[in-house]
Amino acid sequence: MMGSENQEAHPHASREEMQSLILDDTSSSTSQSFSSYRSAMTTLSESHHPLSVPIATSPAESDPLLSPPPPQHRHLQSPKSTSNPNMQPPLYFADVGEVNGIESPSPSQSLEKSSPFSRSSSSSSSSSTEYIKIAVSNPQKEVQSSNKIVPGGNTYVTYLITTKTNLPDFGASEFSVRRRFKDVVTLSDRLVEAYRGFLIPPRPDKNVVESQVMQKQEFVEQRRVALEKYLRRLADHPVIRKSDELRVFLQVQGRLPLAASADVASRVIDGAVKLPRQLFGDAPSTIGPQDAVQPAKGGRDLLRMFKELKQYVANDWGGSRPPVDEEDKEFLEKKERLRDLEQQLSNASQQAESLVKAQQDMGETMGELGLTFLKLTKFENEEAVLNAQRIRAADMKNVATAAVKASRYYRGLNAQTVSHLDTLHEYMGLMLSVHTAFSDRASALLTVQTLLSELSSLNSRAEKLETSSSKRFGGDKSRFRKVEELQEAIRVTEDAKNCAAREYERIKENNRIEIERLDAERKADFLNMLKGFVTNQVFYSEKIGSEWAKVAEATSGYVKE
Amino acid sequence: MQQRSFSGVSQSPRSPSKQPPYLAVSVTDPAKMGNGVQAYISYKVITKTNLPEYQGLEKIVIRRYSDFVWLRDRLFEKYKGIFIPPLPEKSTVEKFRFTAEFIEMRRQALDIFVNRIASHHELQQSEDLRIFLQADEQTMERARSQESGIFKKKPADLMQIFKDVQSRVSDVVLGKEKPVEELNPDFEKLKRYVFELEDHLAEAQKHAYRLVKRHRELGQSLSDFGRAVKLLGACEGEALGKAFAELGAKSEMLSVKLQKEAQHLLMNFEEPLKDYVRAVHSVKGTIAERAAAFRQHCELAETIKLKEIDLNKLRLTRSERTADAEHEYEELKADGEEARRRFETIVRLMNEEMVRFQEEKTLDMGLAFHEFAKGQSRLANGIADAWRSLLPKLEACSSS
Repeated sequence: MMGSENQEAHPHASREEMQSLILDDTSSSTSQSFSSYRSAMTTLSESHHPLSVPIATSPAESDPLLSPPPPQHRHLQSPKSTSNPNMQPPLYFADVGEVNGIESPSPSQSLEKSSPFSRSSSSSSSSSTEYIKIAVSNPQKEVQSSNKIVPGGNTYVTYLITTKTNLPDFGASEFSVRRRFKDVVTLSDRLVEAYRGFLIPPRPDKNVVESQVMQKQEFVEQRRVALEKYLRRLADHPVIRKSDELRVFLQVQGRLPLAASADVASRVIDGAVKLPRQLFGDAPSTIGPQDAVQPAKGGRDLLRMFKELKQYVANDWGGSRPPVDEEDKEFLEKKERLRDLEQQLSNASQQAESLVKAQQDMGETMGELGLTFLKLTKFENEEAVLNAQRIRAADMKNVATAAVKASRYYRGLNAQTVSHLDTLHEYMGLMLSVHTAFSDRASALLTVQTLLSELSSLNSRAEKLETSSSKRFGGDKSRFRKVEELQEAIRVTEDAKNCAAREYERIKENNRIEIERLDAERKADFLNMLKGFVTNQVFYSEKIGSEWAKVAEATSGYVKE
Repeated sequence: MQQRSFSGVSQSPRSPSKQPPYLAVSVTDPAKMGNGVQAYISYKVITKTNLPEYQGLEKIVIRRYSDFVWLRDRLFEKYKGIFIPPLPEKSTVEKFRFTAEFIEMRRQALDIFVNRIASHHELQQSEDLRIFLQADEQTMERARSQESGIFKKKPADLMQIFKDVQSRVSDVVLGKEKPVEELNPDFEKLKRYVFELEDHLAEAQKHAYRLVKRHRELGQSLSDFGRAVKLLGACEGEALGKAFAELGAKSEMLSVKLQKEAQHLLMNFEEPLKDYVRAVHSVKGTIAERAAAFRQHCELAETIKLKEIDLNKLRLTRSERTADAEHEYEELKADGEEARRRFETIVRLMNEEMVRFQEEKTLDMGLAFHEFAKGQSRLANGIADAWRSLLPKLEACSSS
């Protein structure tokens, strides 16, 4: 699936996302993304660790979702060797250079894996494949000019979103636009509405608490990273990447031409205004076909919402079977399986975090031990009166150096481990999307059930009317009129029911396709995660082992027979 | 130059006269004795020797920790100037007193203690050592209870050194009479060296202990991770499920390796560091003895001078007390001579001991470093091998 053959040679490399955007503007954006990477790295290490490179450290807690983004990539050149020279420790070592004789691997060969569902977009080499590449950068503060009486504007941050693509719908190959976080929320909400039944990637959290508590710069950076990830995931989704909503978001300059979510609230208010008239028969109380294909929630029709709620309750408590049931056994089994999966994912994700912490602690303590021995070495050398002291100091220095190197390798190991095991976290996030997709299905089914109930009650009312005497209804004419009204309502409701049923089937199909896709991609992603994790462990363990083997060799003379 | 002519080597004795002299001791077989609060651990001390001062070729006695303490205290009193090998600490935490780990560590330390004494060219000739190695339990117990309290090291002496080294200035400032000080620059240097060395070593030992803990923690988290991964694999099924299962199994296997390495690290690296720290304490004790001997020597010298003045006065006046005074003066001079000799012996011994000490520590630490490096290398390679064996299986999964 990847264009380049070279990647096949690397079990891990096939997950490489081969390119990032070469941004036209500014080293500042590059350095910004670089510093974001570094700040993500430093969440793994103590900010005042004597061994750490003087990076601008961020005291942010280690956020497993912040896997280091790949600011720079290169094609992995050579095929594998047994010790896998391309499996280099990442950019972390880039500024360290030659310190204490520790070899620093070439920088900018980080081993970033792409996000899930990234099959089609990651290839770089072949231009016949479609691609959309998105980068988020250059956060800027802007002031919303206040059109209220109260002086002073509302400040917010906008991000520069740059897209490179060869999809024909866009009509251009490279373009940029400025958006704020609120726009992203809007985009996400509209997508969820429009693509019922699909697995839509979850959008970044609003993080209201964090935005107050964290340092502004860090928070903005964290958000920038999250936004980039999200947009890339959207671009990777085979259906959503072609959506109008996304296109409009990425391309249209100026104000985002999507209905803001706040408008939904006003729809509900509209509905509240309509309700009394519906109850008194002045406004249509039937659900029209065009509305039947939308979920009741968020729509204008409060009456419909009430009806569906009644149906829902009747389904749950009534004991009577609803007219149409979720019969698809396969679906129910899948649902159960996915629920299991979610639970185990959560558990595994937690244990992965513990593992990462334990590795980190090991590296730190090893480093501290090394430093202490270095100090002791210096001390003994300075105070040495006897040769025995100098010999001991030399031995100690060997051990100290190995310990310091091992400590650095542990940190490299850990950075990579975080990156790999992050797949678990990603899929946990995706489970949310699964829930949404399933609830889309459930609500569509509810609509159908409600309409069916409605239909049956309308039909029975019509029957009663036809067979009853006219005396009760104030004469033939009025009864006839009432029957006609009912027939009309029945027709409309029948149409609506058919639409709703079709919508339901459509959503079911979407579910099925998406779940299949999820299963296939998850399998591939997890395998790559495992391969990456294992390869990583092998690489660093070999390095650590060889350092210590040298010391063991050098001190082997002390062993008594 | 330390003579390590005998000890540590158990040879089956044939004819004592043909064999070179040897003295081999081992401390083994810890056993819990008694119950409740009174409970303690007893050890078998096995002596194999062809030395004439000892009864027979092999002797086994039962000793407990306080017997070792007795031996150490007696040696400290008798052999001033020599760095007496250190003992493991009394355990303060009740809970751990009888754990297998603690008992084994203590047994090892006691074994090293006795062996160091047995291989020290001066200490090995000690009468107390012979009693320790040979006396029956009742004799030992009597000896032990007699000595309690009389020869105990006074903490004040150790405090004196601290004051000497650290608060000299304040003494002068306060106009207090300074304790009599050796004005020997080499000795000053030595004192500073010893004190600073202790700080460094304590820090190193602390980190070494933490490293042991980290190994245990990593082992635990690998075990938990392995289990979680296996469960996840059960959800997936087929090839992927198998891959997860194998990963989980490897993870659990490595967890065991880590626990083993933690133990190895504790016994072979952290414990020698602790031992080093204890040895430095012992050196500090000897430094205190030297200071005490110096003080005594100086005080006596003072007293003698005064006495001489007195005596001359008496001689001039031809008093009857002159004869007594002469006698006392002679006695004092003998004491003074004794004190001077004692002090000089301590100085000489200490110089020799420093050489022996440094060499011993280089060997001890060299071995500890080797064990540390060997263990880490073994662990890392084991980890690499385990994970590497998974790779072909993972490859097979993805191609299927």
